[in-house]
Amino acid sequence: MKEADFSTDNRWLLPEGIDELLPDQARALERLRRRVLDRYQSWGYDLVVPPVIEYLDSLLTGAESDLELQTFKLTDQLSGRLMGVRADMTPQAARIDAHKLRYDHPVRLCYVGTVLHTRPERPGQSRNPVQVGAELYGHGGVEADVEIIELMLETLRLADAGDVHLDLGNVAIFRALAREAGLDVETEQRLFEALQRKAVGEIGELLESLADRQAREHIAALVELNGGLETLDHAGERLRGAGPAVQHALQRLWALAATLDRRQPDATLHFDLAELAGYQFHTGVVFAAFVPGSGREVARGGRYDHIGQAFGRARPATGFSADLKALLALGSEPGVAPPPGVLAPWADEPDLQRRIRELRERGERVVIALPGHDDSPETLGCDRRLERRGNDWELVPVEG
Amino acid sequence: MSDILTIALSKGRILEDTLPLLAEAGIEPAEPPGRSRKLVLDTNREGVKIVILRATDVPTYVQYGAADLGVAGKDVLMEHGGRDLYEPLDLGIARCRMMVAGKPGANEGHDALRVATKFVNITRRYFAEQGRQVETVKLYGSMELAPLAGLADLIVDLVDTGNTLKANGLEPLEHIADISSRLIVNRAAMKMKHRRIKGLIDRLAAAVNARST
Repeated sequence: MKEADFSTDNRWLLPEGIDELLPDQARALERLRRRVLDRYQSWGYDLVVPPVIEYLDSLLTGAESDLELQTFKLTDQLSGRLMGVRADMTPQAARIDAHKLRYDHPVRLCYVGTVLHTRPERPGQSRNPVQVGAELYGHGGVEADVEIIELMLETLRLADAGDVHLDLGNVAIFRALAREAGLDVETEQRLFEALQRKAVGEIGELLESLADRQAREHIAALVELNGGLETLDHAGERLRGAGPAVQHALQRLWALAATLDRRQPDATLHFDLAELAGYQFHTGVVFAAFVPGSGREVARGGRYDHIGQAFGRARPATGFSADLKALLALGSEPGVAPPPGVLAPWADEPDLQRRIRELRERGERVVIALPGHDDSPETLGCDRRLERRGNDWELVPVEG
Repeated sequence: MSDILTIALSKGRILEDTLPLLAEAGIEPAEPPGRSRKLVLDTNREGVKIVILRATDVPTYVQYGAADLGVAGKDVLMEHGGRDLYEPLDLGIARCRMMVAGKPGANEGHDALRVATKFVNITRRYFAEQGRQVETVKLYGSMELAPLAGLADLIVDLVDTGNTLKANGLEPLEHIADISSRLIVNRAAMKMKHRRIKGLIDRLAAAVNARST
C-alpha cells in the first residue's frame, strides 16, 4: 500500500474517530434530540445556541488542562488571536449565564451541538460527539443537585438506555482533606492521579512523608470508600475527626442519597469518594451514569461553583452532559425508517399541485416520481400513489 | 456487560504466578491453561471466566470493558497510560526493575542521546521529566544488542538479575521504577458489579498479605 494510493483512491475515508449518520440513524438522532429538548423545556430549561468557535481564552476559562489538549485551535485572521473549536459546551453556557444574562434568579439552560475533540476522550469514542446537556446556575443547595441528576436520569429514560447505575462522589472531601493536611501542589496532584486509579500502594507511598497520622489515614481511607449506601456510614466512621468542610461535604452526599433513594427507586446508587473526575473543574458533588453493556459512563456531571468568576460573576452552578450519539446507540432503536409515503407523478397540473400541497401540509411524505426513472414505489418508501380518477387525484394503495 | 465476571491474564510468568493467588481466592480454571488451545477458560465458579491474552493487550481489554478484571505488569500499565483503569492491588509477583542501561558512563554528557526500547512512552516521559533531550528507537526484542551494534547509546528495559546486561558488557545506569504485577479493574465494572469484584479484591489481598508475612 503506497501513501499515494491512500490519498487519492481513498479520498472518501473519514479521519479516525470522526463519524457521520446515515438517513435511518440521522432520523433516530433527530427524533431523540427533539424529545430531549422538548422535555428540557417542560422542566423550565431554556435552549441556548453558543457558537461552534470562539476565542480560546474564554472557551478554556476555569476549565481543566485536559480540555486545552482536547481543543482544536486556529488563528483568527481578523484579530490575530487564537480561537478554539469547542470541545465542551459547559464553559460556553457558564459564560452566557455570567456575562450575557446576568440575572439574579436561578437560571436553567440547556444546549445540544457538535463538539470536536483532538483525541477521543476514551478509547473507541467519537471525536465529534453531539453533546447534549443542562446547567442550573444560581442555587447552591442539594435541591439543585437533585434536579440536575433527575433530569439526567430522565434523559437516559428518553434514550431507552436501560438500567442505570448512578455513581455519586464529592470532590470537596478530597479538596478539604488535602487542605487540612497542608499538601503541596505537586503531592496533591500526584495523589489525585493515584486516587483516580485507586492505586493503593502508590497512595501509601505518597502519604509516607505526611507527619499527621490522622490526615494520612483520612486520605488513605478514600480509596476504600466505595460501594452501596453503606459507604456513607463507613465514611462517617473513617473520616471522623476531619474538619467541618469534610463533614459538610459528607452531609451533602447523605441528603442527596436520601432524596434520590426515595424518588428514583429504579436507579441503583453507588458511592465512590475517590472519584474525582474533572477535579480541577468541579467543586462539590460529582455524578456519572453507567449502564450494563457499556464499559464507561454514558452521562456525567457535577457542581462547579466558581467557574463564572472569570466572566465577572461567581455563581453556584451544577449540570450534566452526555453524547447524544452514544445514547442513541444504547437504545432499542438506533435506526428509524421513514414513514410510508405517497408517490406522485411529475405533472405541471394545478389540481395535482394543490393535492400534493394539501397532503404535505397534513404531514404526509410525498415523493415526486421524476421523469426518466422507473423506480418502484417501494424503493422510494411509498405505500400509496396519487392517480387521476376522472377529474380528481386520488390516493391509491400500491399493489403489493 | 453481562453477569459474567471475566478475568484477563497473560501467558507466561504472570499466569504461573497469578493462578496460585486466584486459587487461594477460590477461583480455579476448570482445566489447566496451556493444555488446550482454548483462549477462554471456564472456572470452578459459576459465571467467572478467564481469558488468556498477550500481556500488552490486557489493559486494552479491561479498559474497553471486554474483560472486567485483569493482571498486568506495572511496565505494561505505565506504557499503556492506563486511563480509566483502577489498579487497587499490587500482587507483588513478577517483580523486576525498569532501568536505563548502557555501556559504563554512556548516560553522561550533553549530546542528544539515542535510546532503544520497547517502552517508548515511558522513555519519553522519563527523560522529558528530567529535561533531557533524547531520540527514541522502537525495538521489539534483544535490546542489549542496540548499544553493541551502535544503533543506540542507551536502552530502557526490564532488568531482573542483570546477567544479560553483564554478559554483553552493559550495566544498569539509572533506576526508573520498581515493577510488579497489578490487579486492574474496569471502571464501569467496579461500579456495576461492585459486590463481586470487591469480594474478589479482598480475598486476593488476603492471599497476597499471607505471602508477604
